[in-house]
Amino acid sequence: MSILVDKNTQVLVQGITGREGAFHAEAMIKAGTQVVAGVTPGRGGQTTLGVPVYDTVKEAAAKHPLGASIIFVPAPGAADAALEAAHAGIPLVVLITEGIPTMDMVKAVAEIKALGNVRLIGGNCPGLITPGECKLGIMPASVFKRGKVGLISRSGTVTYETAKALSDAGLGISTCIGIGGDPIIGSTFKDLLPMFNNDLETAAVVVCGEIGGSDEEDAAAYVKTHMKKPVVGFIGGRSAPKGKKMGHAGAIISGNVGTPESKLAAFAEAGVPVADTIDEIVELVRAKLG
Amino acid sequence: MNLHEYQAKELLARYGIPVPPGKVAYTADEAKAIASEYGDTVVIKAQVHTGGRGKAGGVKLAKTPEEAREKASQILGLNIKGFITKKVLVGKAVDIAKEYYAGLILDRVTQRVVLMLSKEGGIDIEEVAATRPEAIIKYPVNPATGLRAFEARELLKQAGMEGNLGKLAAMLVQLYQAYVGIDASTAEINPLVITAQGEVVAADAKIVLDDNALYRHPDLSRLREAEAEHPLEVEASNYGFAYVKLEGSVGIIGNGAGLVMYTLDLVNRSGGKPANFLDIGGGAKADIVYNAIKVVCKDPDVKGIFINIFGGITRADEVAKGVIQAMEDGILTKPVAMRVAGTAEEEAKKLLEGKLVYMYPNSIDAAKAIVDMVNGGAK
Repeated sequence: MSILVDKNTQVLVQGITGREGAFHAEAMIKAGTQVVAGVTPGRGGQTTLGVPVYDTVKEAAAKHPLGASIIFVPAPGAADAALEAAHAGIPLVVLITEGIPTMDMVKAVAEIKALGNVRLIGGNCPGLITPGECKLGIMPASVFKRGKVGLISRSGTVTYETAKALSDAGLGISTCIGIGGDPIIGSTFKDLLPMFNNDLETAAVVVCGEIGGSDEEDAAAYVKTHMKKPVVGFIGGRSAPKGKKMGHAGAIISGNVGTPESKLAAFAEAGVPVADTIDEIVELVRAKLG
Repeated sequence: MNLHEYQAKELLARYGIPVPPGKVAYTADEAKAIASEYGDTVVIKAQVHTGGRGKAGGVKLAKTPEEAREKASQILGLNIKGFITKKVLVGKAVDIAKEYYAGLILDRVTQRVVLMLSKEGGIDIEEVAATRPEAIIKYPVNPATGLRAFEARELLKQAGMEGNLGKLAAMLVQLYQAYVGIDASTAEINPLVITAQGEVVAADAKIVLDDNALYRHPDLSRLREAEAEHPLEVEASNYGFAYVKLEGSVGIIGNGAGLVMYTLDLVNRSGGKPANFLDIGGGAKADIVYNAIKVVCKDPDVKGIFINIFGGITRADEVAKGVIQAMEDGILTKPVAMRVAGTAEEEAKKLLEGKLVYMYPNSIDAAKAIVDMVNGGAK
């Protein structure tokens, strides 16, 4: 088992004929993902990478039993593309695009949540992967080995490093999800932890957070009351000064919100050990699993 | 992107919000001329991208044009928290009966724009929020409907804000329309003044724009002022990578915001202080790495550089090529500790063989080494 995606997930790629979309669609196919169709408005009827291209998601959804869509549409049209996928009834929408206007995301997230049956991941995220079955993202598949640790992260490269360290240590990854570095994102840690909690293959979960916002505090509250499996934490940007945006739009300490102290305290109260380094993440997971 | 008070007021006025008449002066004589034109008491306010102007002596009243000239000459050139005052807003003084607060911010918890109201205006709202949160009313606005007048009226009553309810509610609705219309991330009226004549006026305003949405507001992106940012930050943004100037002496270059943040933390843990945050982004080619080194080496505070790369889409050998080119061109003038892993790691190591770059197998060792080098050099 795994969460959200597996070898049977039929995937649509929105923006499949663009530079990014084409590059990553090909890499996803190589990693074993069932990419079955693409959408680029105005390119309907063409074929690329061996799959049909449609003008609209609605047309694609009528022809294929789509389990997920991944979006590489440039920022000005990205939120619209996510809404298009959601309204076409695709249950999982992964928004990779970086730099989406915040108000577009406020509106899109509210509308998608109101639909009730669609899970949005991102934007500004690396996507997700169930190693060996389905890669729905831009991560290097080679560093992910299948195993028993669930990984959720706000970052990209830190996720890859952590996944590689867990894989090299023989622990491996059940499913890994990059939730994105923006202030408004479709899914937060606490939205995804329950799925790992119920997944038989996942024995422990690693939560890679960073400064800014209060998603880590919310995650800690869920772990404290509901989580049946060990959780290990990590917080990036602990040495960053207040008020400075550290690359990710969401990685900013504003006033008293988003400080590493608050996140460390919340994790401590929930009994979640926090690793100082990526190597230490592996040690802590090992210790928890005995 | 931060806007000046006068720019914020100009934008609010476009959405129908009443603001006191005012003009910008760059010299004391210009301030005097504006004061004579108004023929009334004026407020002279420093226009700098920081708060706490009042406490720093950047806001003064003047009753006559001559006094306006005098006060303006005191404020112009004033250093407020490291920002030199180059212009002042000369505005008609407002006859204040009551001071309130109204603000819109992005709230990550509700994932909505939240309207905040308080009858304690004119003071630091963050301080009120920290000491007496009950003095602030918060309301997450439904993005599908926007803020409606009836909601605004109910909230005003709840906050205990007195005055012409219709005018006040209209101002809040207009503030929300402005927030969405210009893609703000913060829009505050503080103080929101009820005058002795019962008028409702935005006596001061603060607007921060969403950088991600600037592409659809070319008129607003032109308001960016190079002098408001560190010159190296401006240069880096022209090259297209995220760079933040920090206080320390270890230059940092990495790929991915998370990894760069982690690298800063490692340097800090090893007893060093990072000089900057620099993310070359995903899939960077040699030229981007070359430009990143150029920017970091221009910083006189930098005594050594830590290049930390985890190759995914980014190829480590492309990074190595950028480093070697920078060495050959004499741009890379500081000692470098480097750690590369992931895609094309072996190719990168081969390219860097025999070059004057200290290679480390993991980022913890590399951080310790560069901190030792930098601290050792300072002794």
